[in-house]
Amino acid sequence: MKVEKLQVDKAVGEVGKVLTEEQRARALLIHALQEIQKAHNYLPEDELKKLSRKLGIPLSEIYSTATFYKQFYFAPRGRNVACVCTGTACHVRGAGDILEAFEQEFGISEGETTEDKSLTLETVGCVGCCGLAPVVTVNEEVVGEVTRERFSEIVRDVRRRK
Amino acid sequence: MKKLTSPQALARYRESLRAASGPGSLRVRACTGTACSAGKSHQVVAAMEEEAKKRGIELEVVKTGCQGLCQKGPVMNLEPSGIFYQRVRPEQVPDLVTYTFQRGAPYRQSLFRQDILSEPVTAMQDIPFYKKQVRIALRNNGHIDPRDITQYIAGDGYAALEHALSSMTPDGVMEEVDRAHVRGRGGAGFPAGRKWKHTRNAPGDIKLVIANGDEGDPGAFMDRAIMEGDPHSLIEGMLLCAYAIGARYGFVYVRHEYPLAVENLRTAIGQAEKLGLLGNNILGTGFSFALDVREGAGAFVCGESTALVASIEGERGFPRPRPPRLSEPVGGLWGFPSNLNNIETYACIPPVVLRGAEWFRSIGTESSPGTKVFALTGKVKNTGLVEVPMGITLREVIYDIGGGILGDRKFKAVQTGGPSGGCIPEKYLDMPVDFDSLWKAGSMMGSGGMVVMDETTCMVDVAKYFLSFTQSESCGKCPPCRLGTYHMLRILERITGGQGRQEDLDELERIARQVQKTALCGLGQGAPMPILSTLTYFRQEYEEHVNEKYCRARVCKGLGTFVINRKECILCGLCAEACAFDAVKETRDAYFIDQDYCTRCKACYTVCPSGAVRIVRSAEEADAPARRAEGDFQRVEDR
Repeated sequence: MKVEKLQVDKAVGEVGKVLTEEQRARALLIHALQEIQKAHNYLPEDELKKLSRKLGIPLSEIYSTATFYKQFYFAPRGRNVACVCTGTACHVRGAGDILEAFEQEFGISEGETTEDKSLTLETVGCVGCCGLAPVVTVNEEVVGEVTRERFSEIVRDVRRRK
Repeated sequence: MKKLTSPQALARYRESLRAASGPGSLRVRACTGTACSAGKSHQVVAAMEEEAKKRGIELEVVKTGCQGLCQKGPVMNLEPSGIFYQRVRPEQVPDLVTYTFQRGAPYRQSLFRQDILSEPVTAMQDIPFYKKQVRIALRNNGHIDPRDITQYIAGDGYAALEHALSSMTPDGVMEEVDRAHVRGRGGAGFPAGRKWKHTRNAPGDIKLVIANGDEGDPGAFMDRAIMEGDPHSLIEGMLLCAYAIGARYGFVYVRHEYPLAVENLRTAIGQAEKLGLLGNNILGTGFSFALDVREGAGAFVCGESTALVASIEGERGFPRPRPPRLSEPVGGLWGFPSNLNNIETYACIPPVVLRGAEWFRSIGTESSPGTKVFALTGKVKNTGLVEVPMGITLREVIYDIGGGILGDRKFKAVQTGGPSGGCIPEKYLDMPVDFDSLWKAGSMMGSGGMVVMDETTCMVDVAKYFLSFTQSESCGKCPPCRLGTYHMLRILERITGGQGRQEDLDELERIARQVQKTALCGLGQGAPMPILSTLTYFRQEYEEHVNEKYCRARVCKGLGTFVINRKECILCGLCAEACAFDAVKETRDAYFIDQDYCTRCKACYTVCPSGAVRIVRSAEEADAPARRAEGDFQRVEDR
């Protein structure tokens, strides 16, 4: 998404009629950040500068908001993202061991990306798939009831999808 | 589809839809919820459609939302035969179609069985998991295609709205909800009717309706199921609320981790607008309501109402001090009085308006009427979503619906209410589940997560787990939560790491009580709950960790004494290979662990194929022969 193409009124919706100019720009901020991240896989500084000019919000405040939320990234991420669910149900069914296995297998710790950018390893509080605990998501795809064999499958897939 | 211009037009449209779908036609309602999709339900559905086409069978395949029994997914329900299939694999579909539709007999491999030896069960309502359930909030879940508004309308969809707009005043709707005593399903249990009244009586023309779909509690997924599987009942509930309080705008705030929920909600809103059920001049009555979806960005604290408002406004998700409440001017979104309820609360509203408060009050208990959806997870045989009347006992939920503990181990505790809830021990298993009794037992209803734990779960570790969650999710605005959670976590890490001291327990309790009293929002006030409840009910486990350096569940590393039982040892030598500290020594005919070198890292314990490596309370408990060998060996060393 190009920041230039962002349509403030459309994105804010009906309620925009009763808001001030400033409130409208603010209300759009998180949505705009999400759109930028969808396009670039992270939040490049140049784009944020453009956004700051367009919405009239100081860059420092944009960063203030963006850094608060866990979902925004400020550096490029891996081509594959493996996300180990560490929700309660997964925790009691051994999510910790899975995370450890990933860390050992790829030599990175949680939140890091491998050097060849093939994988980013993350954890999530709960994917809401507790019936299948323990769960790992690989690029949006949910893998449930992860066993040693399933884990090896995931590793194979990631290595193949270089 | 053209716009419906009056409540009567909607009624006529519903009649025509019902007439079009005959009761006798062959139908498969296949679950395509998140869990079943992970089990390849989409391939199963595709194979089913193809197979039917190939054989010329007229088969309607409905892709529904979550049907509840996630453990046994992918699941499906057949009409008119009423057969319920579970764990269907794509390669089984041809046989399944042959048996079911051509021979008229159930395909036994895919039927539900309680265990290997029992007879398979054919019908859904005969499965113990579904028997005790009463479905109000989930009434359409697993029954209709969430992406098709006509299926919702053909049921009782938008009938409550039709009834309200044609024959009830806004006050009438408000009274009905108030009399039904619908308590907030988000966890705190505040009566929805009172909240609505408060918002309506606030000064100002512009009012807002907000649905809180930021379901961040680990181990809870009921809101997700509703948003993904039956978005229209949420929309209808919000419409009724908007009508009652005179609101023009509404928002559904959805967690970023739920992309499918966002997609299905947007589709549903689009379809409702097309039919004239949302937007300007709804059903030609002059009532207008615009609904939008707003996505979160990954912050647990945004489930707290004031932080949620801050997030929609585009700020950091910091909670704000209350009062002013959301329902008061200045307190709400952009300063407009706003009514915020949980997704499940809104989903309960249409049946209440349609069938009346008396019907709703006839279910559940006096103080907590209606039903509650629980996400039953952890170490039970049947995990999934269950909706039960309030007042049911924990035992019924865990043993009758959940089928008991995995591997028939011993039950230890059930954790309710997520990170702000507590652990309930066995002695309260026969307690009725409702807002007040859970509160009395030192836990809370919370959003409805129910995580079952057995003897292999360490309660100190569970407390640590929840605390590390709240500590990392603490927004950092108020010191009690920011510093308190950090300190408590450090103490817990000491205890589980074998460095605990007796005074740590008192210190832990002191900080916990202080944080509970002084934190700004629910996240901080609730954070000590898991600690306080485990300290109350499982203090012995804490003391074992501290005084005996022993973890009875064998979860915590660095605790206990590791020994090798010679009777069970098969001399494979894996333990010696696994040990990074050369603590596993071998004699001519046995392996044993040298306590001087052992760091209790559990590597040998994890790798042992025969379970010969044991973690015991103290060396005295270990079997004598192995210890003698150890002693001999050490004496040789000393020389």
